[in-house]
Amino acid sequence: MPEIVKKTILNRDVCRFEIMAPRIAEKRKAGQFVIIRLHEHGERIPLTIADADPERGTITLIVQGVGKTTRELNNMKAGDKIADVVGPLGRPTHIENFGHSVVVGGGLGTAVMYPIARALKDAGNRVTFILGARTRSLLILEDELKGFCDEVKICTDDGSYGKKGFVTDLLKEMIEEGEKIDFVIGAGPIPMMKALAETTRPHGIKTVASLNPIMVDGTGMCGACRVLVGEETKFACVDGPEFDAHQVDFDLLWKRNRAYIKQEKIALERYLKMQQGATF
Amino acid sequence: MGERKKLSTKERLKIPRQPMPEQDPHERIKNFREVPLGYTPELAMKEAQRCLQCPDPPCVKGCPVEIDIPGFIKKIEEGDFLGAVRVIKKTNLLPAITGRVCPQDEQCEAECVLGKKFKPVAIGNLERFVADYERENNLIEIPPRESPKGKKVAVIGAGPAGLTVAADLIQKGYEVTIFEALHKPGGVLVYGIPEFRLPKSIVQKEIELLEKLGVEIVTDFVVGKTATIDELMEKEGYDAVFIGIGAGLPWFLNIPGENLIGVYSANEYLTRVNLMKAYMFPDYDTPLIESRRIAVIGGGNTAMDAARTALRSGAEKVYLIYRRSRKEMPARTEEIAHAEEEGVEFVFLTNPVEFIGDEEGRLKAVRVIKMQLGEPDESGRRRPIPVPGTEYEIEVDTAIVAIGNSSNPLLLQTTPDIETNKWGNIIVDPATGKTSKKGVFAGGDIVRGEATVILAMGDGRVAARAIDEYLQTGKW
Ligand SMILES: Cc1cc2nc3c(=O)[nH]c(=O)nc-3n(C[C@H](O)[C@H](O)[C@H](O)COP(=O)(O)OP(=O)(O)OC[C@H]3O[C@@H](n4cnc5c(N)ncnc54)[C@H](O)[C@@H]3O)c2cc1C
Ligand code: SF4
Ligand code: FES
Repeated sequence: MPEIVKKTILNRDVCRFEIMAPRIAEKRKAGQFVIIRLHEHGERIPLTIADADPERGTITLIVQGVGKTTRELNNMKAGDKIADVVGPLGRPTHIENFGHSVVVGGGLGTAVMYPIARALKDAGNRVTFILGARTRSLLILEDELKGFCDEVKICTDDGSYGKKGFVTDLLKEMIEEGEKIDFVIGAGPIPMMKALAETTRPHGIKTVASLNPIMVDGTGMCGACRVLVGEETKFACVDGPEFDAHQVDFDLLWKRNRAYIKQEKIALERYLKMQQGATF
Repeated sequence: MGERKKLSTKERLKIPRQPMPEQDPHERIKNFREVPLGYTPELAMKEAQRCLQCPDPPCVKGCPVEIDIPGFIKKIEEGDFLGAVRVIKKTNLLPAITGRVCPQDEQCEAECVLGKKFKPVAIGNLERFVADYERENNLIEIPPRESPKGKKVAVIGAGPAGLTVAADLIQKGYEVTIFEALHKPGGVLVYGIPEFRLPKSIVQKEIELLEKLGVEIVTDFVVGKTATIDELMEKEGYDAVFIGIGAGLPWFLNIPGENLIGVYSANEYLTRVNLMKAYMFPDYDTPLIESRRIAVIGGGNTAMDAARTALRSGAEKVYLIYRRSRKEMPARTEEIAHAEEEGVEFVFLTNPVEFIGDEEGRLKAVRVIKMQLGEPDESGRRRPIPVPGTEYEIEVDTAIVAIGNSSNPLLLQTTPDIETNKWGNIIVDPATGKTSKKGVFAGGDIVRGEATVILAMGDGRVAARAIDEYLQTGKW
């Protein structure tokens, strides 16, 4: 069973894990993910591979504790073992030298975009990273991004850090100022990705979104991850997770991701209760 | 252990087919326990007396792996149950499984001479009985291993095809590693076929036996992603590879509304329930949509499994919508009967045309159209044709699409030198399982399209023999 080698708390809700998974560390490319299962009773959930160290054989996962499984993971510590980690899954990001690439990360989407920004930089792009979060304490990876991006623009919804506003406001500003943008790629909450697509659509800027549908196997066997792209149904785990943002039906994705909202609540409440029981 | 009784043919013919004791339908839809309870030794010996020991037994020709059927039945009649299971295991490694899931009514039992005037001998029930006897009494013997050959074989996929190859080659002295994409080995036997039809502990036992023999099973390893076949052969020193990855890409109907919440592929629904144990949510983390009325679309084993699983997951009403009539349904007769006894409502000659949802994107009804049967198609079954003006809606909150699978391209995309046909199935020499790539063999559903457990095992056996020969002689 893969072991957690290192855990870092990034903020109240977000933790970074380095997990021993040598084969995945060696193989993974930017844009790919793993599916994990914490224990025998666990569910299978996809998590982006934020980074990897092939020498040490570790992969990095950045996890926001939202539902039961992610909170449970965030309560684990270095030395703990995870029942299953499988990957790398999904298609790697198509990387080339587009020229000026703008990479957009909203909230936890930043963790998804981090390795992609790096790969774009390595391929010779000028990379502008637009980093956004609800509030300052939820911003992640600022220093890491500043380490290699040509520019990092920051915004928060509440104005507690950087510009007040949404990532799309910053992007719009850049476009209006006449900056030449050749490629946009982003990840974040679904409304953000939808807004991103609408921001670039009128200007015909090639835009890619990394989608986060519900998954089970992650190998194309079940169809849980169906998304509508143009007129076609795609399986995000094998055909994606990245698609042409101008073609994606984000409303459908939003609805489908709420399929188990009731069950998620039950599971979380039960977990929190059990935790309380354990602590007191 | 006795002698075979000296009964006349007439006396044998007088014995009725011994029914299999089963859980009561009203009770069993409240649990996931196995439905048929198995023969007692008395019932088994009685049933065995019905066999006429035909000199040129037609039943054997009906069996894809040619089990010596009268041979093992004779042993049962003599009370030598262990002897019986040994006869079977000469050609069929997993009788506890095939005894439960083989389509006997189309194979051995369809050919049995008794079937012409009476009911055929219950060959499947007898096979199951002796295999259970052996396992439940801890009499399974670990077969001997030949001395090590110093060669390594990679088996991709831990379904019946892959498990058979591994079992045969480990005994021959090869080092065998199975690479499995999921977190549990077994293939369809664990993620598809439900507990109430094939208890997972039985599959587990077979897998443990393989591990005891020395087979290494690596789960969470997606060949094509975690490593490619070329990497396994060139970098990791595997001398031969067997591909048994099954048919794992679900078909949908391609009708409007198919992406509504509540429309599942059978693969997803069954995986959630069988592999992930969603029926024990929230004790297990994987959920299912809460639902009262479920429509299953299809007429095969998968559809029956989905319908019966749906009943056990608490649905009040389960419809099974099939576009042809009962006669054409490809499922095992026993499963159709079980589904019916349990209260699944069959809606024949009917096909969905649209899924209808509410504002939240949740399924609320399926719109269907009546069909009539026209001329026979390539499969020999009469082709269903829609009858205009007969559309109506059935109110459901979950729909499970169980109309089949095609081959999953994930692995083969990374191995362009393995030839496939237009459906994406691997092309092999049926006598050896050889693919177009040197050192690589294949069998089971990835070659045949959706077929059966016994055919997958048969393919495994053929390939194992050919792999052995190839590794001994080096000749391709
Ligand atoms: C619900 C259902 C009910 C059925 N009922 C019956 C029945 O009653 N009787 C009967 O005879 N047949 C039945 N079948 C059909 C039967 O199960 C299959 O024909 C049989 O399992 C095929 O065996 P296989 O070994 O070829 O593949 P599978 O059993 O499909 O196993 C393939 C394995 O390979 C793994 N795999 C796939 N891709 C990769 C990869 N890239 N890397 C690593 N591993 C991979 C999969 O995860 C899987 O574990 C049923 C099928 C279903 C779905
Ligand atoms: S055909 Fe029937 S009666 Fe004859 S040997 Fe086979 S099982 Fe027995
Ligand atoms: S998660 Fe099952 S097909 Fe994509």
